[in-house]
Amino acid sequence: MKAPGNVIGFPRRSFGRASAGRSEPADATDEMSDRLLAVAEHGDRAAFAVLFRHFGPRVRAYLLRAGGDAGRVDDLLQETFAAVWRKAGQYDSRRATAAAWIFAIARNRSIDAFRRERRPEFDRQDPAFQPDPQPDGEETLATRERAESVRAALAALSEEQREVLRLSFYDGESYAAIAIRLGIPVGTVKSRARLAFRRLRAVLGGRREELR
Amino acid sequence: MTIEHHVGDERLLAYGAGTLDEATSLLVAAHLALCPACRSDLELAEAVGGALMESDRLAPPADETVLDALVRCIACEDDEGSAAAAAAPLGPFVLPQPLRGYAGGDVAGLRWRSVGGGIRQVPLKTHGAGATARLLSIPAGKSVPEHGHSGFEATLVLAGSFYDRGSWYRRGDVGIADSAVVHRPVAGPEEDCICLAVTDAPLKFVAAVPRLLQPFHGI
Ligand SMILES: [Zn+2]
Repeated sequence: MKAPGNVIGFPRRSFGRASAGRSEPADATDEMSDRLLAVAEHGDRAAFAVLFRHFGPRVRAYLLRAGGDAGRVDDLLQETFAAVWRKAGQYDSRRATAAAWIFAIARNRSIDAFRRERRPEFDRQDPAFQPDPQPDGEETLATRERAESVRAALAALSEEQREVLRLSFYDGESYAAIAIRLGIPVGTVKSRARLAFRRLRAVLGGRREELR
Repeated sequence: MTIEHHVGDERLLAYGAGTLDEATSLLVAAHLALCPACRSDLELAEAVGGALMESDRLAPPADETVLDALVRCIACEDDEGSAAAAAAPLGPFVLPQPLRGYAGGDVAGLRWRSVGGGIRQVPLKTHGAGATARLLSIPAGKSVPEHGHSGFEATLVLAGSFYDRGSWYRRGDVGIADSAVVHRPVAGPEEDCICLAVTDAPLKFVAAVPRLLQPFHGI
């Protein structure tokens, strides 16, 4: 069942069956992961251009909302995709969709540029890093299914919960800023975020319980 | 190693969104280095970010001149050849990355300064207003003087252990205290307790002596 480069480390719990083969046409999510792997494996420039044409406009919109002026944003957009090219070898399709992985790179660039702060990150190569336990052979979700289920799970949240996630992830606003914008106590913002996350975890069936 | 005390959903989510301050992010990142369970939740948070970014269908098309510039700079990078891979550092280390980077080395090589009562600290430089981070070393069996909090305090154990309000905290565990808490954590008897402490307001020591020391040491 496991096609290399097309699995994600989430157990299948509440979902239907994953497609065993690749006979049906792949949607954009699948295709983008494959393009990213092609960049990693053989420096495929055509695949890189496809990634840029698909994600470039979305990354640019994200950077603009995160607080950049247009001139600055174009530099950052270029830096983000230069990092996509350089770091493609680190992309692990079992852990992330191409969208999630590119989002994380753009987020780190924007913290660096707009807030003038460093982004502390763990390092999987560090000798002090605690590795994941060996997978127990449980079937895993295909990247495409994972992306679809994240979209479905987001759609199933209450409007209030989705709004906090959107302001937080997409507009890069802190809980304190969201509280001011919505005119509610910061404790309420945090509890909406907590509830939303708990629901997503329940629906998406993360590996938390098996890993702790 | 089983971690029982985690960083908390809203903090992990804010780290994933990139809205958490640098000092608290440092604590979350160091916990993530030690905690596979929270790393799987971070993957979930980043999937949310990816899905929200992906769902933006109104963005104007990509600027092909940016792509041209990228392809040109990729071409010249290829000409230069990739730099030799840096040698992997030799462990074992007490401090996981990114902590060694912030501290300038592992526990034994740092310049520890006494803050009284046998407790020593190394302040860590982070950017941005708000929370500050420091490494603390508490002698085995000794306690941190009783204190309350003006804001929030998160403590990640890196070596040894401490006991606080009914629970033991060991390597990888995070203790959270807020303004409602007055406590006197005690280090376990087996070895000195090394931890990362992040606070967003000065602690309020109950006894007079630590209060006198406070202006000089900035805890
Ligand atoms: Zn954890």
